[in-house]
Amino acid sequence: MTENNELIRLTAAALAEKLAAREITAVEVTQAYLDRIAAVDGKVHAFLHVNADEALAVAAEVDAIRAAGGAAAEELHVLAGVPIAVKDLIVTIGQPTTAGSKILEGWHSPYDATVVERLRAAKMPILGKTNLDEFAMGSSTEHSAFGPTHNPWDLDRIPGGSGGGSAAAVAAFEAPLALGTDTGGSIRQPGAVTGTVGVKPTYGGVSRYGAIAMASSLDQIGPVSRTVLDSALLHQVIGGHDPRDSTSLPDPMEDLVAAARTGNVEGMKIGIIKELHGEGYQAGVENRFNESLELLKGAGAEIVEVSCPNFKYALGAYYLIMPSEASSNLAKFDGVRYGLRVLPEQGPMTIERVMGATRAAGFGDEVKRRIILGTYALSAGYYDAYYGSAQKVRTLIQRDFDAAFAKADVLISPTAPTTAFKLGEKLNDPLAMYLNDVATIPANMAGVPGLSLPGGLADEDGLPVGIQLLAPARQDARLYRVGAVLESLLEAQWGGPLLDRAPSLTAPSLTDSAPAVAGAPASHGGSH
Amino acid sequence: MTDATLSFEEAMEKYDPVLGFEVHVELNTKTKMFSSAPNVFGDEPNTNVNEVDLGMPGVLPVVNKTAIESSIKIGLALNCKIAERCRFARKNYFYPDTPKNFQTSQYDEPIAYDGYLDVELSDGTVFRVEIERAHMEEDAGKLTHMGGATGRIQGADYSLVDYNRSGVPLVEIVTKPIEGAGSRAPELAKAYVAAVREIVKNLGVSDAKMERGNVRCDANVSLRPHGRERFGIRSETKNVNSLRAVEHAVRYEIQRHAAVLDSGEPVTQETRHWHEDTRTTTSGRAKSDADDYRYFPEPDLVPITASREWVEELRATLPEPPAARRKRLQADWGYSDLEFRDVVNAGVMDEIEETIAAGATATVARKWWMGEIVGRAKTADVDPGQLGVAPATIVELNQMVEDGKINNKMASEVLDGVLAGEGTPAEIVEKRGLAVVSDDAPLLEAIDAALAAQPDVADKIRAGKLQAIGAIVGGVMKATRGQADAGRVKELILQRLGVEG
Repeated sequence: MTENNELIRLTAAALAEKLAAREITAVEVTQAYLDRIAAVDGKVHAFLHVNADEALAVAAEVDAIRAAGGAAAEELHVLAGVPIAVKDLIVTIGQPTTAGSKILEGWHSPYDATVVERLRAAKMPILGKTNLDEFAMGSSTEHSAFGPTHNPWDLDRIPGGSGGGSAAAVAAFEAPLALGTDTGGSIRQPGAVTGTVGVKPTYGGVSRYGAIAMASSLDQIGPVSRTVLDSALLHQVIGGHDPRDSTSLPDPMEDLVAAARTGNVEGMKIGIIKELHGEGYQAGVENRFNESLELLKGAGAEIVEVSCPNFKYALGAYYLIMPSEASSNLAKFDGVRYGLRVLPEQGPMTIERVMGATRAAGFGDEVKRRIILGTYALSAGYYDAYYGSAQKVRTLIQRDFDAAFAKADVLISPTAPTTAFKLGEKLNDPLAMYLNDVATIPANMAGVPGLSLPGGLADEDGLPVGIQLLAPARQDARLYRVGAVLESLLEAQWGGPLLDRAPSLTAPSLTDSAPAVAGAPASHGGSH
Repeated sequence: MTDATLSFEEAMEKYDPVLGFEVHVELNTKTKMFSSAPNVFGDEPNTNVNEVDLGMPGVLPVVNKTAIESSIKIGLALNCKIAERCRFARKNYFYPDTPKNFQTSQYDEPIAYDGYLDVELSDGTVFRVEIERAHMEEDAGKLTHMGGATGRIQGADYSLVDYNRSGVPLVEIVTKPIEGAGSRAPELAKAYVAAVREIVKNLGVSDAKMERGNVRCDANVSLRPHGRERFGIRSETKNVNSLRAVEHAVRYEIQRHAAVLDSGEPVTQETRHWHEDTRTTTSGRAKSDADDYRYFPEPDLVPITASREWVEELRATLPEPPAARRKRLQADWGYSDLEFRDVVNAGVMDEIEETIAAGATATVARKWWMGEIVGRAKTADVDPGQLGVAPATIVELNQMVEDGKINNKMASEVLDGVLAGEGTPAEIVEKRGLAVVSDDAPLLEAIDAALAAQPDVADKIRAGKLQAIGAIVGGVMKATRGQADAGRVKELILQRLGVEG
């Protein structure tokens, strides 16, 4: 292993310490990650755009400030110089933002998302933009218009979705940190299947300004990392009130980093959700889940069982609310002001027909499917039965959570019912694909925070299993407190991080026989 | 093709009109309804916009608190109830003037509802108009269709869009169906819109300039046979943008509906376009109650809560209601009932108030507006306030007359010059060479000539018949082309003839 390989395997927290101690430079770290991207992203295809020049310039700026010392060096953010990847649903000045869609190919945002402004303020070099299912619609990243991302654990398998790019980038050591967005599990489920950590904060905890909306009432930006502490560090950078997002919570941020550092479950009540394990969950997933429960019990937690009877309606209600909001949110992509414009090949050149031709050519099948579903659900005469009923289910789910949190401090479940499936396996079965999110969707429906962390490898396929923790709204700190404990117990058992067991992507191995990335865009791999 | 119409009298004989109005009021907040971009009229297109107004990917709206305050004030002035909690909704439709392809508007949860407005007609009759709701929404961008014959999007070569207006805060005031107006329906229509305009202007929440589209009226008209309870099918005439046009449009639609009904055909439920030049409407797009805008609550905005304390605080800031204000102004100005009603009916009360504020006396202000400007507005077929006479112009003209620099006849001529855009009164006096001749020498010359031309009149005056002097004055004025000061001329004639004045 080269020196650079050691750098990329450090956690963000460790990088931050070494940078502060001036043992390493931000440019070295950033370059190490750019080298890693160049070496492995041809196989993984986590990135849609690599932002080398800007990332190195920011890193150099951090190094210069540190070298000069004084107040400016003192005031540097703890993560200054620690690189990060950004899901390509979040708008950035100076880099394209595609949302994984042909309809936005080549579009550059004239403004930065609030979270990106905060990354820049912290002087974190942005390595590039990561792949996703088109407009974040999917659970496998196969719906990206620019080709799928591959799971670093097995390149023939999906990295989860929609944030497969961010999760795979972190799992493949192409970035220490990444930003994701989670509407129904798009941060947590990719975290589960790639052996990484992902957090969906409380709804309103992180500004959505600049995240291209799928379903406004469900979307949330959150951290993707390799450790619980790293997620807490990043969460603290991006979180907090934003006057540009009226759904943003006014509360001051809790000290999430302290919660992660002082993890403790002694005397805590941890609730197993009866409806979110057992039938329909892969045996290896169930085994790892039970192991985690034993570990927590051993650490002094009390395991209780709670029932959330209305969770069985969550998936159905989600697939009414999400497409309804998406159908309206995606109306703006019409070829009039920006992005793709396609003219009808024949017939009159009216504005309606130009909009129609543009949307027909620019959107992929899954996006069209959801726009059609949502348009139908909102139509006069159907609204009450569909959208109205779904909102009622949402209230019932919130009540289930309220009742559950009256009995338990945090709730626990497997993050996803299965480990990573094969690319293409569920592509033609949308309903099977939707079932991947059955355990993650309830948190979005109720606005409560959730964290997924690696729970080990499934016995039957040797692939990562995710453990999900859920806390009451605004109690994100509990996730970090419990997550950090479980993580350290598991790592003690494994003798190191789970990702140490992931196959090398550079050493000659079986995975090198994986097929080359299909459909990689011209911008991919080092261009900027 | 022009539509058939019945005479208004015949229409009234056969049918009973029912009216309804949707008045859009543009608020004069500093920034837009949901973005921090400036809310300014008339700037270079697409300069008062940011990423929110352009519907860029990823943007979110934030409600303008001042707009909420203004809306509550309008609701209170219209005697409405104010919702303690209400939401915005999305009205989904694809059209390039709406950058998000949905309009953020209140739908089933208006901020103000169940109010009324008492409207005074020209003879002093008070008519109560019930207000169903006043809700908040955002304006769309302004489209200009280039090429093509109609100026509409169909057939245009291309269209230009100005998003400066996109996101300007609007309050839409919707009446309940107005029954019982009878033949006074057109007059009521004008009086109602005038009353709404007056309210929002007095509240200071809108610039209230109809010619700029600050106040826009959609007028709904339907007819039913006398004695029938069920309403007829309505038409909605869009964007009627002057008080006179509101009156004319309602009158025209009544006459048109009557002709359609007389022919045995049903009235088509549709929007109509108003044409000021022909004073007619033409068919717009078919509008049915089944238009599906797929409304749903706006998920990007939290509900608006208006605490009772806040509402009462705002109520305490409301200016006096229009009726009380009229009473006060009449007393202040010392106008007779008849004089004041004429002023109100001519629609120049605000203008007179502004003119007095600019330094004129009440008598002078009335003389100018009622004596000079109202007539010109009628000839030009516009509302007097839209003619373009600034209060300062009147004050300046009046000062020139009082200083004896020009006489009333000249002042009227100067006003024409001002309206023709020739400059300020002083510039026009200068340019046109208008000035009362105050040098006695040329006057005496003209007087001598006039006396010589009419020796019999001169004799009469010498004999003490002073009323005969008019003929000589007339001769002098003619000779000086009206530029003489008639008072001075009289003095000089008497002096010349050695008669005591």
